[in-house]
Amino acid sequence: MTDYNFAYLDEQTKRMIRRAILKGLAIPGYQVPFASREMPMPYGWGTGGVQVSAAVLTPDDTFKVIDQGADDTTNAVSIRSFFERTAGVETTTATTEASVIQTRHRIPEEPLTEDQILVYQVPIPEPLRFLEPRESETRKMHSLEEYGLMHVKLYEDISRHGHIATSYAYPVKVEGRYVMDPSPIPKFDNPKLSDMAAIQLFGAGREQRIYALPPYTQVVSLDFEDHPFEASKADHLCGLCDATDSYLDEVIMDDQGGRMFVCSDTDYCEARRAAGHKGKDAA
Amino acid sequence: MTPLLSVQGITKHYGAHIGCADVSFDLYPGEVMGIVGESGSGKSTLLNCMAGHLVPDAGQVVFDTRADGPKDTVTMSEPERRMLGRTDWAFVHQHARDGLRMGVSAGGNVGERLMAVGERHYGDIRGKATDWLERVEIDAARVDDRPTTFSGGMQQRLQIARNLVTGPRLVFMDEPTGGLDVSVQARLLDLLRGLVRDMGLSAIIVTHDLAVVRLLADRLMVMKSGRVVEAGLTDQVLDDPQHAYSQLLVSSVLQV
Ligand SMILES: Nc1ncnc2c1ncn2[C@@H]1O[C@H](COP(=O)(O)OP(=O)(O)OP(=O)(O)O)[C@@H](O)[C@H]1O
Ligand SMILES: [Mg+2]
Ligand SMILES: [Zn+2]
Repeated sequence: MTDYNFAYLDEQTKRMIRRAILKGLAIPGYQVPFASREMPMPYGWGTGGVQVSAAVLTPDDTFKVIDQGADDTTNAVSIRSFFERTAGVETTTATTEASVIQTRHRIPEEPLTEDQILVYQVPIPEPLRFLEPRESETRKMHSLEEYGLMHVKLYEDISRHGHIATSYAYPVKVEGRYVMDPSPIPKFDNPKLSDMAAIQLFGAGREQRIYALPPYTQVVSLDFEDHPFEASKADHLCGLCDATDSYLDEVIMDDQGGRMFVCSDTDYCEARRAAGHKGKDAA
Repeated sequence: MTPLLSVQGITKHYGAHIGCADVSFDLYPGEVMGIVGESGSGKSTLLNCMAGHLVPDAGQVVFDTRADGPKDTVTMSEPERRMLGRTDWAFVHQHARDGLRMGVSAGGNVGERLMAVGERHYGDIRGKATDWLERVEIDAARVDDRPTTFSGGMQQRLQIARNLVTGPRLVFMDEPTGGLDVSVQARLLDLLRGLVRDMGLSAIIVTHDLAVVRLLADRLMVMKSGRVVEAGLTDQVLDDPQHAYSQLLVSSVLQV
């Protein structure tokens, strides 16, 4: 680890990223441009999140990485070991023990606290991109609060599917001002974005954008009066821990097509099982 | 009566080259003004200066706003001008694809302006979109189809519906019938004439085609080299042109 500066990035780069983060926190939901650095991993691995984590980590932090809810995917393991190696920080899989959590595609089920920072990996930060590819125009739309186009996207969804079919990266409005892409979390997680005690930071590496939600920020999911937002999930209990309130993945168990629903947040599920909860599929 | 639009001394250069120069006129509520002239005479430049798409070098474009009465739209703030562009003003482009979102359904195209001004009831938006498709003679069953599957004439009618759905008071049109077959043009003109009359619209129509102004415009301005060389009631200008250039323009059409 002596080959690197603490957390890989040099101090000047970290200061530049911290300035972008502070600006993001001062203007919740606003996309702050930053000079993204080459990281020793491909963009698809969340280099935006990694750079934000590098800029906020201190030697006393305990770091956790979630990839689609799990701590043990290749992606999560390699980002965790990257910071073990370059920053020498403690790592954990327990949500409650972590002070900085980098995530892709999920918000932990366990409510976060004021002592925690949640860092999201963001592939496409611009929620208006889908209908308006010109960046000069989307920037103007944000600055003038011209967000009708966002509802055109939802309108198209309903006209095609009969309901709002967008189930990931569901657009939100922050403190009644900026429309924001919450990264590809399931819309089930959207309500957790709002009024969260922890700091939420969003990093897009390839697109060179950082945005942020300070603690207790109001975040509202866009919808229509006659098609209200619903934080839906599979209508089942967790097969392992019997949880009724957690986001579930459907997993195939055998060649006969046997399936079961289990918590996508593996730490949450394990903690519940350790506390004695048992689902119908648990051995 | 207060003019709906009062244009004073509009001038626009492209470098040293004149786009349009010192154009002034008043447009009263319910009036349709035609602008004719040969290619390159400055018609589109003038229209775009009035509609806020181009910034003129000099001059005023005073619009009688609902909230504050007459206001110069050249100097008003950009958000205010863009808001006018989505509410009281409409702009029909010559090429429908410049005025439509080709990747969005017909209903979404018509509904966009409603959503832009805050409508949030899907059923209402869709209902209004369907009504408007019917008003421009597009089968309501096509509401979920994309404009890419529409003919040129249908695309143009869709563009008109998308513009008129918020009940604008002033419509700018740049060659709305250009590039369409003659029979399609005739149908579109009929439709436009009906809408202008029924909605009491004020409009400014740029065209090469004197038949279009004959049918739609109450008054006419003839442009040459960026300047207005003659203006007056449409029938007067067409039947008894005073300026040599207007005479040429009218006679060349009569020969066709
Ligand atoms: N973007 C531009 N840059 C430079 N010169 C321009 C530009 N747009 C127009 N012009 C010039 O300004 C003059 C007026 O052009 P404009 O497009 O307004 O004419 P028009 O009457 O609309 O012509 P048309 O009937 O062909 O559409 C022309 O001489 C044209 O070459
Ligand atoms: Mg033109
Ligand atoms: Zn579980």
